[in-house]
Amino acid sequence: MSVDQATVRRIGRLAHIAISDDELPHFQGEINAILGFVEQLNAVNVDGIEPMTSVTPMAMKKRHDVIDDGGDAARVLANAPAREDDYYVVPKVVE
Amino acid sequence: MTDATSLTLTEARDALKARRISATELTRAFLGAMEQARGLNAYVLETPEQALKMAARADERLAKGEGGPLEGLPLGIKDLFCTDGVRTTACSKILGNFVPNYESTVTSRLWRDGAVLLGKLNNDEFAMGSSNETSAFGPVVNPWRRAGSNAALVPGGSSGGSAAAVAADLCLAATATDTGGSIRQPAAFTGTVGIKPTYGRCSRWGIVAFASSLDQAGPIGKTVADCAVMLGSMAGHDPKDTTSVDLAVPDFEAATRRGVKGLKIGIPREYRVEGMPAEIEKLWAEGARMLRDAGAEIVDVSLPHTHSALPVYYIVAPAEASSNLARYDGVRYGLRVNGRDIVDMYEQTRAAGFGREVKRRIMIGTYVLSAGYYDAYYVRAQKIRSLIKRDFEQVYASGVDAILTPATPSAAFGLAEMANASPVEMYLNDVFTVTVNMAGLPGIAVPAGVDGQGLPLGLQLIGRPFDEETLFASAQVIEQAAGRFRAAKWW
Repeated sequence: MSVDQATVRRIGRLAHIAISDDELPHFQGEINAILGFVEQLNAVNVDGIEPMTSVTPMAMKKRHDVIDDGGDAARVLANAPAREDDYYVVPKVVE
Repeated sequence: MTDATSLTLTEARDALKARRISATELTRAFLGAMEQARGLNAYVLETPEQALKMAARADERLAKGEGGPLEGLPLGIKDLFCTDGVRTTACSKILGNFVPNYESTVTSRLWRDGAVLLGKLNNDEFAMGSSNETSAFGPVVNPWRRAGSNAALVPGGSSGGSAAAVAADLCLAATATDTGGSIRQPAAFTGTVGIKPTYGRCSRWGIVAFASSLDQAGPIGKTVADCAVMLGSMAGHDPKDTTSVDLAVPDFEAATRRGVKGLKIGIPREYRVEGMPAEIEKLWAEGARMLRDAGAEIVDVSLPHTHSALPVYYIVAPAEASSNLARYDGVRYGLRVNGRDIVDMYEQTRAAGFGREVKRRIMIGTYVLSAGYYDAYYVRAQKIRSLIKRDFEQVYASGVDAILTPATPSAAFGLAEMANASPVEMYLNDVFTVTVNMAGLPGIAVPAGVDGQGLPLGLQLIGRPFDEETLFASAQVIEQAAGRFRAAKWW
């Protein structure tokens, strides 16, 4: 399987990465090299095999449903690129 | 003591306990060595003030005959571990000047045990790379050079700064992380020892995430025993990481003295790959002989799905990375590039902040998880991952205690030598190590010889889940037989 440039653009949009026209052929070539490399997996017989969901067998740990942390807006916001009071500031989302 | 930086971690520990040297003297010696070695670019941030403060506190405790297992021992920390109040970037522009106000569980255990922070170590951006050349801070130079050559070599990656710093005596030991070989390959390239423990042995909390089902923290050290002491402090259950395992941490240092008498060591025939250099083949046979001479039984084993591990990795790891790295959007921390609207801000921020390798992996991951391709790529890869794990389970069920393989298909290569290679060629560096991450097993790389140009070569031992002790025991036998390998100082 290989991807065309329109698909590379679509992947960029899904991944939220702006791709310039210059970069496009490079990414296309590299992505296709990797897709070509992984094609060999089609030859592996996976009939009746369950996909791995946990690399070590373990029961899901659960915690008590109580508030045991939080209320620390200053620390949470300490690295914000833009903030106002206890909020992150972003470009207008809702008109 | 004139050359305190050349001590091993266990030697330094014993010298501190016996008061032959103080933690402050030892720390100053390393800070001096780091200053001299800046050309290697192993550290991306030096923290001399913090180091001296920590050393002074260690000296107070040592004077009272107190102190933890790592009291006063200066360490380097891979820049993937969040350190409270100390800039942490994963060597990516997108984290910019991120200063965490919390400490990763693994590093907090090191400080609990008395260790001293010398600084943050270079690595491939977000740990994605096998040569440390994708770092936003530039490449690390390997302290090793080919005989009669001044050409700069890579230290391997992604933990290239950790491996180079240990090999050049710029710290006693370093933390590292391993998603597909990022501890073991750089250890092999620099004549150092590195262990990736079993998945779940170390907490991942506070470590910048790459591929969460594969990532594990581990140490790189000068000797097998040094790694054993380091892992003893780093490991242990952490309620903040639901995949960390609630198991007692064994005395790993004691395990290094066990020997291998009566152990059954498997040699997997599928690791004899096409085009493997004769000297790697010879080293592998030598390693088997060392273990046999020490009383182990060597048996041939088969891991039939070995050849699928690398392509599976290049579906699973990017898929997990694309989802983990979605958090870098210019809103909560790190770089922000303003745009026309919020989506444009995300797209411009990520375009400017991520390097080429990281972007490519995010895009591959996004593609294989996208509608219509998920089953063909991701689900199929996870099925083959089950088969890879089953291969190991069958070998261990047949009574094999550990598996011996080469650590890498070659010695360290030149800086920029792979610049025009396809990404797949670079990925082949991990061909022997990546299976271990796929199956969540522990793996240790130990230097065992040099190639025709005088560069170190490593062997890998792969163990049963949570049986790092057997790896320390058998790696110790190889270290004893092969000796230690040290780079001649030129920097």
